[in-house]
This record gives sequence, C-alpha cells and structure tokens, in this order.
Amino acid sequence: MAAETEDLTAKYEAVIGLEVHVQLATRTKIFCACATSFGAPANTNVCPVCLGLPGALPVLNRAAVEMAVRASLGLHCRVNPVSRFARKNYFYPDLPKGYQISQYDEPLAEHGWVEVAAAGGGAKRIGVTRVHLEDDAGKSIHDGFRDSADYTYVDLNRAGTPLIEIVSEPDIRTPDEAYAYLTALKETMQFLGVSECDMEKGQLRCDANVSIRPRGETKLGTKAEVKNLNSFRFARLAIEYEIARQARVLTSGGRLVQETRLYNSETGETASMRSKEHAHDYRYFPEPDLAPVRISAAWLEEIRDAMPEPPAEKRARFIASYGLREYDAQVLTGSRELSDYFEAVVKACGDARLAANWVTGDLMGALDGKAIEESPVPAGRLGELCTLIAKGEISGKLAKEIFARMLETGDSPSVIMEREGLRQISDKGELDRIVNEVLAASAKQVEQYRAGKTAVIGYLVGQVMKATQGQADPAAVRELLQAKLAS
Amino acid sequence: MKISPEQAAMVADLANLDLTNEEMQRITHDLEEILTHMEALNRADTTGVEPMAQVLFDAAESPLLRADEPRPGIGVEGALLNAPLSGAGHFKVPKVIER
Repeated sequence: MAAETEDLTAKYEAVIGLEVHVQLATRTKIFCACATSFGAPANTNVCPVCLGLPGALPVLNRAAVEMAVRASLGLHCRVNPVSRFARKNYFYPDLPKGYQISQYDEPLAEHGWVEVAAAGGGAKRIGVTRVHLEDDAGKSIHDGFRDSADYTYVDLNRAGTPLIEIVSEPDIRTPDEAYAYLTALKETMQFLGVSECDMEKGQLRCDANVSIRPRGETKLGTKAEVKNLNSFRFARLAIEYEIARQARVLTSGGRLVQETRLYNSETGETASMRSKEHAHDYRYFPEPDLAPVRISAAWLEEIRDAMPEPPAEKRARFIASYGLREYDAQVLTGSRELSDYFEAVVKACGDARLAANWVTGDLMGALDGKAIEESPVPAGRLGELCTLIAKGEISGKLAKEIFARMLETGDSPSVIMEREGLRQISDKGELDRIVNEVLAASAKQVEQYRAGKTAVIGYLVGQVMKATQGQADPAAVRELLQAKLAS
Repeated sequence: MKISPEQAAMVADLANLDLTNEEMQRITHDLEEILTHMEALNRADTTGVEPMAQVLFDAAESPLLRADEPRPGIGVEGALLNAPLSGAGHFKVPKVIER
C-alpha cells in the first residue's frame, strides 16, 4: 500500500479545499437569548425562536458579529461593510425552522489567508475564500434509547448556536498541509478568544473537498466532499485515503463522480453517501426577518483595537523585536497564556533571549507537558531570577540551584538565597583575597601558566570555586585570575 | 410561463410535498400563473433601484443588535407541549439516518 501510494502521488497531484465550522464562544445563541452552555439537560435552553415556532423573530447577537469579525481579521480577510443573511432550505428533524439562517452571496468577510509550513520547506499561504455567520442545527440522537431502533431523538439545545464557516481556497496539496492549515486555524481562533475549538464538544468541525489531477494538469478533477472528520488526525487520514482511492479509480480506467463521502474512522475508509441528486438544491433566498449586517469603519476599528494579537503576527514580532530564534518564537506562541507569561518575564528582566532560554528550557522542562497556567513559578519571580543572572549577580549554575527551589516552594529567588545561604560572592575584596590565597598555594601552576601553558587556568578557577563552595561567578574568577597572572 | 411536469415534481419534492396527480395538476397551473406574473414584473424598468429583499435602512451600522445576555427560555415542558411524539425530554421522530 505504501509503495503504491508513493507511485500514485508521483503521478497525481491532489487539490484540497477545507470547510471548517467553528462555534463562537458567546454566552447566548445567535438569534435569541437562550444560553449556549454545553451538556445541559435536553431541550432546556430553548425558546420560540430557536424552536422555529411560527411568528417568532430572530434578533442578531452583537457579540457573535464581533467575534466573527475578529476571526475574519485574524485570518487576514476583508470585512464587508454590508453582508446579508439568507435561508438555506432543507428538511431534517434537528432543523426545526426547515431552513438554516446562513449567508450566501454576500458573506461577512472574504479574501483572507493562513500561513502554514509548506511541504517542501518554507512557508505557504492558503487562501481563505470567505468567512460567514450562520446558526447551528440541533442534535439527532440515533442510538442509546430503549426504542432507538424505531425512533430518532432530537435535542434542540444546540439549535441556534452561532457558527462561522471558514471556506479555504483549493490551495492545499497534501494531507500534511491540510493538517497544518487546521492547526493554524484552531490556534488563531483560540488566541483570539473566538472559540475554544474543543472538537470533542463539536466546537470545530471540518469537511474536505478532495480531487486529484495528473501532475502538470491545470484543470480541476472531479471532487468528492468528505464528511465526518472528527479530529485533525482523522482529517489527514481520510484525505490520504481519498487521494489513493481516486487515483486507483483513474489508473484502473474508471471515472470519478461528484459525490459526498462519509469517513469511517474504524475502517479508515470513505464511503459514498447515497443521496438524492438534487439534495444540494438549497434554494437560498435572502432572510426577510433580518436586516442586512452593516459594519461601519468605526465599529471595525473598535473591534480591531480590542483584538488580541494573532499568533502568526506575535511570532513575527518575537523574532523581529526580541531577536528570538524562529524555533523559540514558535514554542513561545504555542498558546496565548504561554506567550503572555514569556512577555511578563521579559518585562521583569529586560533580557528577551535569556527569558526565552529559561521559559523554553528549564521551566517547560520542569512542567513536562503541563500548561503554563500550572507553573508553580509565577512570571514575575522567574523575571527576578533572570534579572539576577543578567546583572551578573549569580552564575548560571547557582541560578539553576535557586530555580530548583523555586519550583518546589514557589518562593522568590531573594527569599530562597537568604534562607539557604545561596549567594554569589560578588564582594570584590573577598574574592580578591581568595584568589590571592589560591595563587600563593599553586606556585607550580602559576609558573606553568607564565611559561605559556595557559590551560592550567582551568585548574586555578576550579580551586577558587572550591574555596568559595561554588558561590563565585566562574567567569569573574577567570577574569580576575587572568589579570593577576598577566601582571 | 409553462413549466414541465418534471420541474413541478422536482419543486414538490424539494418542498417535501407528497401530491396526488390531481393536486399536481392544480399546483402546476398555479405555479405557471405566478411565474407569468413575475415575467410581467421583470418588464418593469428598475435601473438604479436597489433590490429590496430585506428592510433597508440608512445607517452605517446595524441598529437593533442584541446584547449577549442570557434569558431563560420556555423550558423542556413548554418545548415539548405541542410535539406529536416525545420521550425522555426529547422530541421523537420516526427513525431517520440521512436524507
């Protein structure tokens, strides 16, 4: 299979576009004041609007618009000053109105992009065609009840939850790029506080449009829409499977049909959903119960000003203004909390590279995969430690010792140094005295050094460190020794 | 404007309507009348007129947006009051997997 897949990828190129639905983290639904809380008893967060009762009228939630705009800006989209809601008509028991309120030919935002690591190295921009607002459907429960063989149960708590749909351009070429795109999208949504993107709770859902074409061909092949991708890992596997399946059909002389296919994570395969030919005729028309969405330049600026910095921008800033390596910038922008922590350490000590080394090295090593929120060492205290190092008041070795105590106790470095008698000898006079003693006791090594065998200085530094019980700064000791031996 | 029996059948199917032959004929005729009227409307000169599918207003920003403050709904009893079939706090419908 692996060799076969390689053969096929040499011959064919995949063209992939993703449609991602993200639940917005508002307190209430998009068109009514029912709570959006997850896991409430069935049909308790419902009202005439989200139940689709006759005569009930939707009123748009301001927070949903603001979050959708924030998400759009984070994806570098142009936000349209006027957009419209439209009805998407279809019948399903968990859609009580008989239509979804979505946006069609005039979406909220368009023409954005997401940057991901490219397959062949470097960065690649995946275009974002559009971002639009819509309401979620309820939930159909097909199993688990006594009479589930005969009935489907419907819970409408989720009906009316605000969603944004993010549609990508068919710019994605490999399953790995799809995975990277989804990861970047999720990171952006989480950073901007737009959604928690918990896939287990269905807060982020994804469909993939996949087609293949012979390499070098510019015309698009016949696409399949693959649904039921419940995790990023499944999305990658499903796309891999679908590319190989289509290639097998073509190489064996078959023809592909445009269809919707369902991914089965247990078999790792996709299967055609037999549906009616015109099931996709949604007969969109403008939603007469809602006025067009108008976003003034002033409102847009207000949202932009209040918006947290998106992760990609933050990464670029960490590199440009702190001089961080790309890898460190990547690690430190892993979550908004981590990047905030890092910046608080920088603020406290004024040395960004030192702060980066301590956060990504000793601290994250100690956290061992736990989130930064669980750090026993607050940012201010780590900043204090870095300040002592930056000023040369403690050596790196002593700093590590102090840090180990900080992890255990959460105390500040100064408290620990006081309590445990851990201090650096920075008193010039005392260090001078000890160095003189060591030189007096090491006549042979002094002679060797002066004869040109300068490597013995290591021995002398060691003697001084021993005499001070490790509490001197080795660099300072070396400098002092060199000065004395040179005179 | 004439529409074919196939077109009429498709529209009925999309609307989830199960119609008898007699109803089908009546509705096809009604649809034709409606479309003929639309053709008449199409002859009107609407150059420079903004299409009005929704209420239009003269403002740069959407008025009448709702603050994100939860309010209690009608509760599960209220929700299920008119449901033809319910159980365990849910609406119940004949088994569906997909359509």
